[in-house]
Amino acid sequence: MGWRESMVYSPGLRLMSGNEACAEAAIYAGCRFFGGYPITPSTEIAEILSFRLPQNGGHFIQMEDEIASIASVLGASLGGVKSLTATSGPGFSLMQENIGYGCIAEIPCVIIDVQRGGPSTGVPTGSSQGDIMQARWGTHGDHPSIALYPASVTECFELTVRAFNLAEHYRTPVILLSDEIIGHMREAFTMPVVGELKVYDRRRPRRDPDNYQPYEGDIPTISAFGEGYRFHVTGLYHDDSGFPTNDPTSIGRQERRIVRKVIKNRHDIIEYDGRFLDDAKVVVVAAGAVARSAIAAVKRARANGRKVGLFRLKTIWPFPQDEIEQLAANVDTFIVPEMNMGQLFEIVTMAAKGQAQIKRINRVDCEIITPSQIQRMIRESF
Amino acid sequence: MAFDYYQYLRTENLPHIWCPGCGHGIVLKALLRAIDRLKLSKDELCLVSGIGCASRLPGYVDVNTLHTTHGRAIPFATGLKLVKPDLKVIITSGDGDAVAIGGNHFIHGCRRNLDITLIIFNNLIYGMTGGQQSPTTPMNRMSTTTPLGNPNDPFDFAELAKAAGATFVARSTTYHVRLLDRVIQQAIEHKGFSVVEVLEDCPTQYGRRNNLRTPAQMIARYKDLTVSVEAADKLPIEDIRGKLLVGVLHHVERSEFAERYDKIIEEARGASS
Repeated sequence: MGWRESMVYSPGLRLMSGNEACAEAAIYAGCRFFGGYPITPSTEIAEILSFRLPQNGGHFIQMEDEIASIASVLGASLGGVKSLTATSGPGFSLMQENIGYGCIAEIPCVIIDVQRGGPSTGVPTGSSQGDIMQARWGTHGDHPSIALYPASVTECFELTVRAFNLAEHYRTPVILLSDEIIGHMREAFTMPVVGELKVYDRRRPRRDPDNYQPYEGDIPTISAFGEGYRFHVTGLYHDDSGFPTNDPTSIGRQERRIVRKVIKNRHDIIEYDGRFLDDAKVVVVAAGAVARSAIAAVKRARANGRKVGLFRLKTIWPFPQDEIEQLAANVDTFIVPEMNMGQLFEIVTMAAKGQAQIKRINRVDCEIITPSQIQRMIRESF
Repeated sequence: MAFDYYQYLRTENLPHIWCPGCGHGIVLKALLRAIDRLKLSKDELCLVSGIGCASRLPGYVDVNTLHTTHGRAIPFATGLKLVKPDLKVIITSGDGDAVAIGGNHFIHGCRRNLDITLIIFNNLIYGMTGGQQSPTTPMNRMSTTTPLGNPNDPFDFAELAKAAGATFVARSTTYHVRLLDRVIQQAIEHKGFSVVEVLEDCPTQYGRRNNLRTPAQMIARYKDLTVSVEAADKLPIEDIRGKLLVGVLHHVERSEFAERYDKIIEEARGASS
């Protein structure tokens, strides 16, 4: 019996927090290993999975720190099991070296970062959006990044499933950025029935073990340890066989390939929620908790007859720069409200290429940016 | 007939990167002999390592192999072993890898008692990165970061492992090769977290800075520095003072982590049905 048939999972209407939805979604997506270290405000994900995973024949292990957590996740994934960890800013920082390892060694896994106020220990119970750049550039060297950002409990579920699908499909770590507000707020939400959302599993090699090249092709197939393929995994640059190499041609080729597999497929990966964009002169660009205020502000401004649109990012990385560039040709102003000092603002500015004015609203006191704050700036922009 | 090491080696990856006179080859051969005696199939074995000279060992062996980040071999192996309990997981680690950068993982690995074997290649110095002090460099010895003599107290792996909860702890040296064969085999056979410390030599980084002129001289000194556990029982205390014990230093039976977790799964599944 496969894991889908034997799954202990009850669909239906629930009142649930974002973190709870992430945990249930992991079960739904087929995740059967969680290695983690408790950190506010992500802890509920670990707590729920410590019971829900064994119920589904999976393993939960509380590791000694975040470095060990992500390492155990990579090890479990190489054992052929979909694997997850959840953390917040300080823990996310500790994981970065091994996230890079996951990128170069092409190991599917999901990292949920429920952002809190920072830097450093910051405000553990306060919300922020300060890890947007960390999700892209946290580890060293050049590497692909996929980061998704939900704005509701329903989306916590959907995008966690999607994060696993993308990780499995592109054979790379995928980050789910959440924030304290999204993680802890509760909403009525219908857990989907099995089969309603697509769930992908990694592509396994079909050729005979003697000819298996674990890093051959644009997105290589991946075997699990112990299934007869006997391959080598390393964080060193390697050739198609997986063994270390110092050959410049081989190094350059592997590096470009791992970046390309994400960039080339960005239109498959990028999702956004565009509203009232057709005739908009002012467009609010937002994600996560702040996007909820942005929706309210845009709707109110529309009711007052202003041509305002919303571009809500569901994929943060790769950043939808083509879409923003095209929009920029037709709008006068972008407004970028975010709970940090301007991380999205900078990339929107780069993507707009001088074609539109970019305004910013930044809040770093762990309080949410309100609809009226955004509305005020919308008014000032006409 | 001589033992055929090549049946276990990825000959296309040879020659290895180790320096002439390095003790790592001796431990590799002992490990291959133990694997052969235990009749372990290549597919059921996984060798895991961190960073450093010892970490390159898995690449040369034709089994499942995983070369991870500095100090993190134990947590990588923990995740793998939990989801693939039928794999025999063996870690090859250096002294710095295991108890400096990986020290926290080491004590928690011992505590958890997952069925993993950790072989520590203890050459008393950082080899690959250029001869800096390690947590086992003896007091007053020279390294590139202790040019005036090491002011630090060294760790004792065996005591640390025992105190942290490892259920099998042994020590051998590159001089005591037959003992090394035996304790590696026993460690792999042991159900639980087993630690084998191998005192060995790094002529390139340690020897030439500490007046040990030849590899042979370095290996031979382990004969004088050590006493076997069995002999120590019979010798007067003054004869063993200052010497290191070799052999099986600690062996107890305690429930293994993955087996304990199986019971948790059983219970959780019972509660849900």
